[in-house]
Amino acid sequence: MSTTTTPGRRPGALLREVTQHGLVWPALALVLLLLACGAKSPGFLDVALRDGHLYGQLVDLFRNSATPLLLALGMCLVIATGGIDLSVGAVMAMSLAVSLTYLDGAADPSSPLTVATALVLGLGLGVLAGAFNGVMVAGLGIQPFIATMILMVAGRGIAMLITEGQITTVTSPPFKSLGSGFVLGIPTPVVIAAAVFVLVVLAVRRTALGMFLEAIGTNGEASRLAGVKASSTTWTVYVIAGVLAGLAGIVYGAPTMAADANNIGLLKELDAIMVVVLGGTRLDGGRFHLGGLVVGALLLSALERAVIIFELPSQTTPLFKAVVLIAVCVAASPSLRSRLRTPRPPARSAARPAEVAA
Amino acid sequence: MSERNGRADDAVVRMTGITITFPGVKALDGVDLVLRPGEVHALMGENGAGKSTLIKALTGVYRVDSGGITVAGQELRFDDPSQAQAAGISTVYQEVNLCANLTVAENVMLGHEVRRGPFVDWRATRREARRFLDRLNLAIDPRSQLSSHSIAVQQLCAIARALVVDAKVLILDEPTSSLDKAEVAELFRVIRTLRDEGVAILFVSHFLEQVYALSDRMTVLRNGRFVGEFRTDELPRRELIAHMIGRSGEALAGIEEQARTAVTVHSPRETPLLTGVGLGKDGSVEPFDLDLYPGEIVGFAGLLGSGRTEAARLLTGADRPDHGTVSWQGRPTRLSTPLAALRRGIALSTEDRKKEGIIGDLTVRENIALALQASRGAWRRIPKRELDEIVQKYMVALNINPPNPNALIRNLSGGNQQKVLLARWLATSPRLLVLDEPTRGIDIGAKTEIQRLVTELAADGMSVVFISSELEEVLRISQRVVVMRDRQKIAEITNDETVTSETVLETIASSGESAA
Repeated sequence: MSTTTTPGRRPGALLREVTQHGLVWPALALVLLLLACGAKSPGFLDVALRDGHLYGQLVDLFRNSATPLLLALGMCLVIATGGIDLSVGAVMAMSLAVSLTYLDGAADPSSPLTVATALVLGLGLGVLAGAFNGVMVAGLGIQPFIATMILMVAGRGIAMLITEGQITTVTSPPFKSLGSGFVLGIPTPVVIAAAVFVLVVLAVRRTALGMFLEAIGTNGEASRLAGVKASSTTWTVYVIAGVLAGLAGIVYGAPTMAADANNIGLLKELDAIMVVVLGGTRLDGGRFHLGGLVVGALLLSALERAVIIFELPSQTTPLFKAVVLIAVCVAASPSLRSRLRTPRPPARSAARPAEVAA
Repeated sequence: MSERNGRADDAVVRMTGITITFPGVKALDGVDLVLRPGEVHALMGENGAGKSTLIKALTGVYRVDSGGITVAGQELRFDDPSQAQAAGISTVYQEVNLCANLTVAENVMLGHEVRRGPFVDWRATRREARRFLDRLNLAIDPRSQLSSHSIAVQQLCAIARALVVDAKVLILDEPTSSLDKAEVAELFRVIRTLRDEGVAILFVSHFLEQVYALSDRMTVLRNGRFVGEFRTDELPRRELIAHMIGRSGEALAGIEEQARTAVTVHSPRETPLLTGVGLGKDGSVEPFDLDLYPGEIVGFAGLLGSGRTEAARLLTGADRPDHGTVSWQGRPTRLSTPLAALRRGIALSTEDRKKEGIIGDLTVRENIALALQASRGAWRRIPKRELDEIVQKYMVALNINPPNPNALIRNLSGGNQQKVLLARWLATSPRLLVLDEPTRGIDIGAKTEIQRLVTELAADGMSVVFISSELEEVLRISQRVVVMRDRQKIAEITNDETVTSETVLETIASSGESAA
C-alpha cells in the first residue's frame, strides 16, 4: 500500500490514517470473528441458493442484524442530539402486542388489509411512544435518561395490559413473513432494514437535518441562537426512534407470532447503544456515523452466533459483548492513540508539509 | 525584607511579581497584591483582566510561574488548595460551593465536627455551628437543609464556614451578583464586622457603587498586568474606569478618520427599522426605549454587567422580554425566538463566542451555513454550489485563516472564529446586525478589519448595534451611543466631535455618584 501514498509521506502515515478511521477496529473485529467461526465450523461461510432463496449461516447473520440495525438507527439520531432512548426495547414489546392483539381479534387475520392495519397500528404506537419521549425531553426539559426510563419501565406493563396478561399467539402467514419470509431471495428483515437504512441516510444527509442534529448535540444554545428549531428537531428524532423501535418489534416478533410482553425486546436498548458506540459515534452527542451502524449490528450478531458455534453457554454472551466493546473502545480511544504516538513526533510533522502542498 | 520590613509585617498577604502563563497566553504578568488585616481590598478589572487567575494563584488552584506569595511574613509555595486553606485563606465564590442537600450545621462544620471517640457528636456540632451563625446574626436552624435557604443566606453560611476554619484572609468573589438590596446590606454588615475583627478581605465585584461603599483600597488589573494600588477615597470613579478600560494603542488611531468619514448622519424623520418601547426583563435589564435606523451604527457603552448584553438579547429574540413592545418597520411584532428574529432579518452575534457562538465539532463551512440553513428550514438544503460560493465569498472577504472551509472551527484562533461567526450572520443578509463584543480577545489586526467591515456594512444600509467594553472603539465607529449602567439605560448620546471617552465616562460615573 505504501507505494500508492502521496510522495513525501512516510509509509506509516497512510497506515496511521487508516487506523484512525473510526470504523477500522470494529470492521477488523468482525472479519476476525467471521474467519474464526469459519475455521471452527466449516460451512459457516457458505451461502446456498435453495428454492430461489438464500440460505446459510451468513444469511442468518444478516437476518439477525436487522433488528439491532433498526433500533440503532433511531438511537444514533437521538444520541447525536446528546440524548439517549432507553425505552426502545419496551416499545418493541408494545408495538408487537398491539399488532398481534389486533390480528387476534380480526375476522380474517390473513387478509392483506388486516395485516396492513395491524402494521400501521403497531407503528402508530411507536410514534405515540416516541412523541411522549420527545415531549418529556424537548418540551419539559427532563433529562433523556430519566425521561425515556419511564416508558422503559412502564412500557412492558402497558404491553401486558394490551395482551391482557396472556402471550397472544396468532396465525397469519402474511404477517409472519415480515420476519421469516423472503423478497427476491433475500430475507424480508434484511430488505426492510436496508430500505429503512437508505431512507434514514437520505432523510438525514440529503437534507440539513443531519447538520442540525450535530449542531444541537455539540452546542444546543448556540444552535438555538443561530435559528435552529432545537426543541422540535429533538422531538422529531425521538419520534423516529419510536417508530423504528415499533418496526423492529414487529420484525423481531413476527417469526414466532407470539406477543410475549415480558421478553420481546428485553435489553435490546443496550444492544442498540452498543451498536451505536461500535459504529464510532460518541455518546456525548454531535458527530454521528450511520455507516458504522451496519458494521456494529453485524458485529453484534456475529458475536451472538460465535458463542453458539464455539459451544459456549449462551448465558456468557453478554460477557463476550462486553469484551468486544471494551476492546473496540480502547483501540479507538484518542488518549491511548496520542500516548502511543508521542514517542514518534517527527512522523506527524513530516506529514504536514505534504498536506499543505496538496 | 530590608527597609520595608515594617510594612511587610502589617500585611497578611503579600504577592509580588506574580506571573502565570497558560499555553500561548500570559494570563498574569508581574502582578502585585497586598492585603492588610482589618481592611477591605477590592480587586478591579474588566473581563479577562486576570482577577480570577490572581485569586486562583492565591488559593493554590494555579501554580505561579514566577513571583512570591508571603502569608503572615512567611514565604509560601502552594501546590494545592488545601495548603492555602491551612494558611488561613478562605474563599466564598459567586456560586455557593457548599453541599446544598446537607444541613446548615453539616456544611458550616464540615471537617471540623465535634467528635466523641470515632463518632460525631451531632448535638455538640450543631451547638458549635449555632455559635458561629450567631456571630453573623444569622438566626436559622442549623438542622435545616442548606438548599431551603436563599442564596444570600447560603452565602452567609459559606462565610460562617470561613470563621470555623479561622480564616485570616477572606476572598469574596462576586458575592452580590444574585442578591437583592436588603441582602446586600446584610452581607456588607457582616463583612464590616469581620473587618473590624481584623480579617483581611479581598472583595471582587463589578458593581462600582458597592466597591466604593465597602472597600478601603483597591488594586486594578488590566490585560493581566498590574495597573496600580489605590486608596478608594483618593480615586474618583472616572479615573478608576479609565484605569480599568485603559487607552487603546495608537495602532487603531488611523482608522478613526476613515470610519468617521464613512458615517452619514441619519434623518430623524425616517421610520426606524426597529423600535423598542419599554423593553425590559425582570432581574436582567430595566425597561428601556430604543430606535434603530437603517444605515446607522449604534454603540452600547457601559461596564461589564451594565445590562448591555441583556438589552441586546431582548432586541434579537434570544430572550423574551417581560415588558414592552417591539415594532419592526413601524409594525408591532413579537420576536419570540431567535428564528423569528432571523426571518425578519435580525442577527445577534453573541458575547460568549465559545458557549453561544461556535459549534466546535462542525467545520468552518457548516458553521457559516448554519443560520442561513436554519432560516430556510431543514428540508430545503442550500444547494452545494450556492453554499460553496457563499463560503468562498466570506472566507476571502473576511480573510479567514486557514483558508480551508473543512477545518474544524474549534481549531481556529479566536479572531478567526469570530470572523466565521460574522460570516454566518452576514450570509443571512441581515437588515439589523447586533454585535456583542465582536472584537474581544482578538488581535489588533483582526480588530481593525472587523471595525472597517462594520462601517462598510452600515454604509450599505445595514443597521448595526455595536457593543464593546472598549469605549474608544464604540466612539470610533458609532453615530449614537447608548450608555448603560447597573442594568439601566441611563443616557443616549449623539456621537459628534464634542463627544470623547471622557464625556461618556463622566456620564457613567456621575449618575452613579448621584445615586450613591
